[in-house]
Amino acid sequence: MEFQVIWFILWGILWAVYFVLDGFDLGVGMLSNFIGKTDPERRQIINTIGPVWDGNEVWLITAGGATFAAFPTTYALMFSYLYTPLLLILFGLIFRGVAFEFRGKVEGEAWKKGWDAAIFLGSLVPALLFGVAFGNIFQGLPMDDKGYHGSLFTLLNPYGILTGLLFVLMFLNHGALWLLVKTTGEVEKRAISLIGRLWTLLLIIAVSFLAYSYFATRLYDNFLKMPLLFVIPVVAVIALLLIRPLASRGLYLNAFYASGVLIFAVVFTGVVGLFPNLIPSSISPEYNLTIFNTSSSVYTLKIMTVVALIFVPIVIAYQAWVYRVFRGKLGIQEVVENKDAY
Amino acid sequence: MDVLTLSRIQFAITAGFHFIFVPLTLGLSILVAYMETRYVMTGNEAYLRMTKFWGKLFLINFALGVVTGITLEFQFGMNWAEYSKYVGDIFGSPLAIEATVAFFLESTFLGLWIFGWSRVSKKTHAFAMWMVALGTNLSALWILLANGWMQQPVGYVINNGRAEMVDFMALLTNPYGWTKFFHTVLSGYVVAAFFVMGVSAYHLLKGSHKDLFSRSFRIGAVFGLISSILVALSGSLSAEEVAAVQPTKFAAMEAQWETTKAAPYYLLLLPDPKNETNAIEAIGIPNMLSLLAFRDPNAEIKGLKDFPKDLRPPVMGTFLSFKLMAGLGFLFVLLSLIAVFVSRKTDIEKYRPFLWALVFSIPLPYIAGQLGWIVAELGRQPWIVYGLLKTSEAVSRSISVGEVWLSLIGFTLLYGGLGVIDVYLLTKYSKKGPDDDLSQIVNFLKAKEV
Repeated sequence: MEFQVIWFILWGILWAVYFVLDGFDLGVGMLSNFIGKTDPERRQIINTIGPVWDGNEVWLITAGGATFAAFPTTYALMFSYLYTPLLLILFGLIFRGVAFEFRGKVEGEAWKKGWDAAIFLGSLVPALLFGVAFGNIFQGLPMDDKGYHGSLFTLLNPYGILTGLLFVLMFLNHGALWLLVKTTGEVEKRAISLIGRLWTLLLIIAVSFLAYSYFATRLYDNFLKMPLLFVIPVVAVIALLLIRPLASRGLYLNAFYASGVLIFAVVFTGVVGLFPNLIPSSISPEYNLTIFNTSSSVYTLKIMTVVALIFVPIVIAYQAWVYRVFRGKLGIQEVVENKDAY
Repeated sequence: MDVLTLSRIQFAITAGFHFIFVPLTLGLSILVAYMETRYVMTGNEAYLRMTKFWGKLFLINFALGVVTGITLEFQFGMNWAEYSKYVGDIFGSPLAIEATVAFFLESTFLGLWIFGWSRVSKKTHAFAMWMVALGTNLSALWILLANGWMQQPVGYVINNGRAEMVDFMALLTNPYGWTKFFHTVLSGYVVAAFFVMGVSAYHLLKGSHKDLFSRSFRIGAVFGLISSILVALSGSLSAEEVAAVQPTKFAAMEAQWETTKAAPYYLLLLPDPKNETNAIEAIGIPNMLSLLAFRDPNAEIKGLKDFPKDLRPPVMGTFLSFKLMAGLGFLFVLLSLIAVFVSRKTDIEKYRPFLWALVFSIPLPYIAGQLGWIVAELGRQPWIVYGLLKTSEAVSRSISVGEVWLSLIGFTLLYGGLGVIDVYLLTKYSKKGPDDDLSQIVNFLKAKEV
């Protein structure tokens, strides 16, 4: 297999893993003000992700870094063309990150409310805009040899917005399932009553997305050429359909895993559909940014492959270990009594 | 202003702001890990109390360091797309490796450290902080190898209209990158040492928690003395490296206009860039500059006039930043030397003027670090990659003045606000002192042992 193809797959995996992992953090961040009615409840909620959110966010930095190292021209154009949405994503992630740390550091209603708002917006904005950005990448950006002919508002087209909503709902659903796995008491009860409605909404949006993709993008071309690939969207649909029955039987962890599979498979449906493009041009295919015309030299790709093969398994091993250390539910009492908690 | 100027200002602000938080993280992670290790080895709860106190300040500082770091990685693509296209083949790798090898390590183990008191054994808990320290310092290595490549590009050929990597080992062993790594990391240790000494001095002056803060003071003083001596030595090596590969930067640092053999070192010096000469030039030590730059008293120092005007960096800014940084560096050696002597006394708190001086010295190593980056980056101009690509050719073509104004204003307001809050919280928790009640943690740890 060519190194460009290997790195295309790795590129897809890095983004997909980021969305699976930080997806529930973003979902929890969007939900915390609604599921948590009191300060201790909100603390219980954000402390479930306390030990892991930062490590999850590094997958984003790695995905960005891998784009830079393996496909520098795509990195350069993707990030400069999507300047304003990326800026807003950055501001969101900055607010969210400091909000976790600062929220509990001063006593006071206004202080906490302010940071609660920062957590909400700092989770909603990245979730929505990542979806909008990927939706637009799926359908192609208006770019040619002279550059980019769009703005933030051209990105807010119906398909872009639908993909944005899909990401928001996938993450809300993922976050709610995480809370079912990790919490007890009132928070758990509210998450239970919410999950049914979230799931129904997600089902509607996800089906619309898969159908609309057929008309708005060329994502299905690769699948029609190689029908075996339909396994990926089919897995997404099965995972989505399994979430509800698993959750209502109380098998929260399995439902959460199904939700992770759903996110991974949705992202990969898009990634496989893009191949061999990283960003298609909506003006003409001759301006497509492909894995071949934007990649690093084979020498660089080889070096990076060795690095990835050695270090990514190590990272996965210690991250998995940390998840294991913090397994089990987090009660409100444990949070309130713990001086080191957020 | 045009996109280029605005993008340069934005990069300077976001990188400079990021580097307010990084140096303390580099040094304090090691000190906290050391304190916790002492606790694990001796069982002395004073060390646990220290770990908790300094650990809390570490976390408040760390939060802003992390979130402001993401901005920098994104900005290469957002504002410097032409740069990223031209050098991404070789420059992208160290950034990707930094994330994979270092960022995961520090963030994952920090999560364990913050929340893991009741979940893992004492030893594992201390180990987690060592992993944070390792991750932080490894991240400095990779980013400085990347920056070292911008200063002294190695291991590449121009192919397909861009710089392509042909020798990864050359990138990895770039001497410029390594001297820069040691100099920068050690300067971070000086920041941490003066932070610990300054905050401890404050509490010793107020007479609170004498045992805890005199111990902390001693650790800070020894750490400060070792690292400030080493930072001066590594600084001297850095200057030799600059003299060898970046003659324009070196000439600007030393305000050397004419190419001179056996150049003297002037103790009093002030450049006059308009007239391409020096306004003040007095008390010269013969041959000293040649000796410092090339370890050869008769070596030739290239003067700025040997280079076309458009290839010279801004002389005044580079010169003043360098001299001020170097002067501060000597002050740190002196202050930490006195601090080591004072810290041996049983009545440290009696040395009030000196303790107050240390309290007010907390910002100085931060300033020296910022000045160092000004020397490194301003002194490299007009190049973004020395001798290979100019800054003016590196900026993104597709972004508009309006977009960059918006982001620049946004970053300034956001960072300004967060900076104020962070300094407020650091001051608040520094003054507040340690938590007297350790029973919770001790119970956690005991429960874990049985």
